[in-house]
Amino acid sequence: MLTLRLQHVSLGYGKQTVLHNISFQTIPGEMLGIIGPNGSGKSTLIKGISHVITPSAGHIFLNGLNVASTSRTELARLIAVVPQNPILPELFTAFDTVLMGRTPHLGIFRYETEKDYAIVYTAMQLTNTLQLAQRRTGELSGGERQRITIARALAQEPMAILLDEPTAHLDINYQIETLDLARKLCREQKLIVVTTLHDLNLAAQYCDRLVMLSNGKIHSEGTPQSVINAQAIKEVYGADVYVYPHPLNKLPTTFIAPDKNKHKPAPETKACSQKL
Amino acid sequence: MALELLKDEAIPQAARGYPSLLRSRLYAIVGLAALLIIAITLTTAIGSTDIPLSTLRDTFLSKIPLFNIQQTWANSVETIIFQIRLPRLILAGLVGAALAVAGATYQGLFRNPLADPYLIGVAQGAALGAIIGFLLPVTWQTASIPLLAFLGAVLAVAFVYFIARVGKTLPMTTLILAGVALGAFLSAISYYLMIASADKLHGIVSWLLGTFSMASWWQVAMVTPYIFIGTAIIWLHARALNVMQLDEDQAQQLGINVEQVKLILLAAATLITAAAVCFCGIIGFVGIIIPHAVRLVWGPDHRFLLPLATLSGAIFLILADAAARTLLAPTEIPIGIITAFLGAPFFLYLLRQKKRAIF
Repeated sequence: MLTLRLQHVSLGYGKQTVLHNISFQTIPGEMLGIIGPNGSGKSTLIKGISHVITPSAGHIFLNGLNVASTSRTELARLIAVVPQNPILPELFTAFDTVLMGRTPHLGIFRYETEKDYAIVYTAMQLTNTLQLAQRRTGELSGGERQRITIARALAQEPMAILLDEPTAHLDINYQIETLDLARKLCREQKLIVVTTLHDLNLAAQYCDRLVMLSNGKIHSEGTPQSVINAQAIKEVYGADVYVYPHPLNKLPTTFIAPDKNKHKPAPETKACSQKL
Repeated sequence: MALELLKDEAIPQAARGYPSLLRSRLYAIVGLAALLIIAITLTTAIGSTDIPLSTLRDTFLSKIPLFNIQQTWANSVETIIFQIRLPRLILAGLVGAALAVAGATYQGLFRNPLADPYLIGVAQGAALGAIIGFLLPVTWQTASIPLLAFLGAVLAVAFVYFIARVGKTLPMTTLILAGVALGAFLSAISYYLMIASADKLHGIVSWLLGTFSMASWWQVAMVTPYIFIGTAIIWLHARALNVMQLDEDQAQQLGINVEQVKLILLAAATLITAAAVCFCGIIGFVGIIIPHAVRLVWGPDHRFLLPLATLSGAIFLILADAAARTLLAPTEIPIGIITAFLGAPFFLYLLRQKKRAIF
């Protein structure tokens, strides 16, 4: 079965190390969520696994294959990344953009065939973007661009998909749609799915297992029930929250503490009215 | 992962359109190639002596042993066609093709619509080299001007490259800034030498504005390998250039070896630009406007943009050169003036027609 395994990995930019001694492993068929506050190293971790940056220590293995010593083309056939807020060239059509996912399967001298087109169409159907095929990406909404990028990742026919904040900037319906799709891929296509999330409730609902990062280290790891609790959120995020089981499935659900100033009377507006 | 592929009939008609688009782009390439041949034929016929098309045809056929054609034309006509006009036309076509494809490459690499082949020091390096060539003894000039111009161009970009390089990566913004700074430095030297050159100033300025009046077959033979090989290398990287229109992280995650592709494309585009300018000067405008005009008409896909720009650049410069030598005959207008004077209004017209984002 497919697994992604990190062994004592440290990652950073130049001399600055962002993540220290990270170890975890995916379990086949389980969706893994990476949570943690801004700046805790979530995006860096995604860049490290996709070998945009090379670990300064430790190893990353995909099915026993060392990621750092695999060629870019080979790696792109195994791991696809859906970046946060991807830049898509505005004048290219959605179809062109998804077709870019076939790049690692084509060479300098190999032109795409009918099969590549069929794969692109299939990926677009899975992400519900077929009707957008001939539209320019510059004309698409944020949610549509997100789905196009996921279709591009699928067109790579990878073993693992890494999603970086797939729900950022999306309305609640698209958040649900995107994560439903990710989970479907994980369950039905047997893909390794690793996603970073900043929304703790989405993380609890959709991920089977969570890794919580704090200051570049793993704070805790395990099921949502074991990772998300008021004390851990206070420690890692520095925020006062209440965590209760979801009424329908008992998964931990985070509520913010009520605003203490909400029911105080509004400040006097005398000064203003006098001037008028 | 192997996707369970969608059945053909399940693909909605609205999503298709792609194969027909590819076909229309291929037709455009064939059409432009035909236009190039027509442009070469017509511009061979016109000039200080107009040659009837029938004579033109017969001179060509008489060169092929199979046809037995009586010579009905003066020997001077043959000299005009084969020794004066054809080499000049072909050089103009090669230079136009090179500048346009190099411009499209730089614009794609830098993801910047203002990029042109002269962005990172090629022009200033070539100009300084050529000016030094002009200052050398007259008997050396036929060889020294192009050689020093070529070396100046290549060395300037190589210098900029090593300045901008950080470890194993090449940040493109640093590359542009280093290019602009070195360009200013080289220009300062060039201007000083021009002021000090006194009687050679006219020749230098003509060279800087570009001219094909000294074109000959040996020049064609010298630049052809650079331009053909360089262009072929660039065409082969068209898909990579498309993917690099995403950001560099995404391109890497799609399997493109970004740093390697940048280096290859930079080297190829620089070499063909250096080869293009070394004999005929710093011809402006072609490298920035032709790629944009092609983008406006046929879209941004580099797999078509690059060959279409190559052909359009060749046609454009062949026609521009014909205008340069005929409009005010017997005086020749520097080609750089023609390209901007005729090309800019045409481009503004295209811009007005489309009225949408073009890059």
